[in-house]
Amino acid sequence: MIYPEPKFLPAGDAALVVELGDAISPEINRKALSLSLALEKGGIPGIFDFLPTYRSVLVFYDPLALSPAALQDALTRLLQSPGEDADSAPQAIHIPVLYGGDMGPDIGFVAQHAGISEREVVRIHSGGRYLVYMMGFSPGFAYLGGLDPRLATPRLQSPRAEIPAGAVGIADAQTGVYPVASPGGWQLIGRTPLKLFDPDRSPPALLAAGDYVRFVPLDDADHYQAVLRQAQADAYPITKEAITKEALPE
Amino acid sequence: MTAASPALEIIQPGMLTTVQDTGRYGYQRFGMPVAGAMDSFALRAANRLVGNPDRAACLETTVLGPQIRLLADACIAITGAAVAPLLDGEPIPMWQPVLAPEGSLLAFQAPQDGLRAYLAIAGGIAVPPVMGSRSTYIKAAIGGLNGRALAARDILSAYEPPTPPRANRRIPHGGIPAYGSQAQLRVVLGPQNAAFTRQGIRTFLTSEYAVSIYSDRMGYRLEGAAIEHTDGADIISDGAPMGAVQVPGDGKPIILLADRGTTGGYTKIAAVITADLPKVAQAMPGGVFTFRAVSLDEARAALREQQAILDAIAAPPKLALISDSAVSDILDYGGNPITLASAAPITPILQRRSGRARINGEDFDIDITIRRANPDAD
Repeated sequence: MIYPEPKFLPAGDAALVVELGDAISPEINRKALSLSLALEKGGIPGIFDFLPTYRSVLVFYDPLALSPAALQDALTRLLQSPGEDADSAPQAIHIPVLYGGDMGPDIGFVAQHAGISEREVVRIHSGGRYLVYMMGFSPGFAYLGGLDPRLATPRLQSPRAEIPAGAVGIADAQTGVYPVASPGGWQLIGRTPLKLFDPDRSPPALLAAGDYVRFVPLDDADHYQAVLRQAQADAYPITKEAITKEALPE
Repeated sequence: MTAASPALEIIQPGMLTTVQDTGRYGYQRFGMPVAGAMDSFALRAANRLVGNPDRAACLETTVLGPQIRLLADACIAITGAAVAPLLDGEPIPMWQPVLAPEGSLLAFQAPQDGLRAYLAIAGGIAVPPVMGSRSTYIKAAIGGLNGRALAARDILSAYEPPTPPRANRRIPHGGIPAYGSQAQLRVVLGPQNAAFTRQGIRTFLTSEYAVSIYSDRMGYRLEGAAIEHTDGADIISDGAPMGAVQVPGDGKPIILLADRGTTGGYTKIAAVITADLPKVAQAMPGGVFTFRAVSLDEARAALREQQAILDAIAAPPKLALISDSAVSDILDYGGNPITLASAAPITPILQRRSGRARINGEDFDIDITIRRANPDAD
């Protein structure tokens, strides 16, 4: 539930947690995002970074420039002022994915675990719309909500030493995309040719908290290669689908 | 124009030598870790000793330091771990500017005290800023020199110092820290101290914890008495600042440091205060920590004391507050002109630039966020 009053929790002497609720829900997350948007616009002197997460915002400040009490006052004012609604113009970013085969070596296991066909796994996974609750863990990684419970699959018994950038996987009730190559234990069902993170791009991450994601199946390896070439040349036109407020999950 | 020219050649890289500054803030909401100097006080002291702004890039060494050839006359300063540096075989002082002639060889010895040393050069190390910072984040190969640790034969440039090098700046008496093999770390409890039993908090504040060998720029794993949770170690993942003391299910604390992931899913019992982070950064495996809870006021007083030492070396850097687009002729460290968007509403952030600007013939340190005037114009 949403707290009636936000909780201010110190995270050391140079950061403050503004906690807005005690659950993972789109409603609480939108509140965190609204505060983050207000901070992005507001430019409170002494605040040098902020990080919205599932149900809170971590605010980084210079304690020699801004006292904790003054910070708390400023944040309370921001929370009370009717700022920009975080979901005023939500969009679904389309992420092309080549499912199965070498790109998704675990899709057979996921299908078996769910008691359905691989084709059905693709249909269900690409039929969903996923909310980016927050970014974190590694550069460009999005914590997505909204995986169909039928596809929930436990992690690998033993993690892979390296998972390539762009790998699309499932871990328990979560789905996500590895933005950079790293070790990991997710069940891999496909791969996207898009760059989820590019330090030379502005903003560097393809996704942002508050966006929605749709996975769009690619036809075959040729199709994948064609999109890959475009993406590498920064010439791939990203599809951003506008979402009406009524279509949003509660 | 601030020009850069070759300044340093790496002869031997040492164990882990990287380019670092005060960190890549402003991009954590895209999942980008902050990185930056592990011991920010030593980095800033080195910068001030050679007349640099606090944010200038330095070299951070780890245990076994590098050997470096000076490719031009330079004013340098070495701070942090006591590494008894040698210039052409002759001892040179630490925590003090030194004029090093072109062709001379700078060598670091094994640290007598501490773990990480910082080498500042007047003007600052010239590598291209990535997302507003020159810090190296090796895991994603971002920043520094090609996103990696330095290697033999690497050549680093330095920006031209804005004023002729002077070697007369000094750190005040008593300003040089001693690190030792034991440290009491002051912490502010929270944000999840309520997830621990009273006995768990007592264990944390009364036990000795040893720095394990599983310690690096990401974090220090500590060995010692297990800290008891009330009801498990998992939380809804949230953000973690530098110095956060995370306690996973096994009850063994981990201090999260410069290269930490931006978010994490384990309870954080406390965070080390900013003024005591250098003690963590300089502790060797086997070093022993105890923790003492303090108030935010006490933490701030300790930080103010540390800041006073830096301010006594050199005046605090001037900050140019740039509020409208009429200000022109602003250059960043690399000499590239900075253009400003002025119209409101201003979102989202387009670019963050920081460095030194010359305005009407006077030098300023700048840190500007450039935003897009119209968020919909893609």
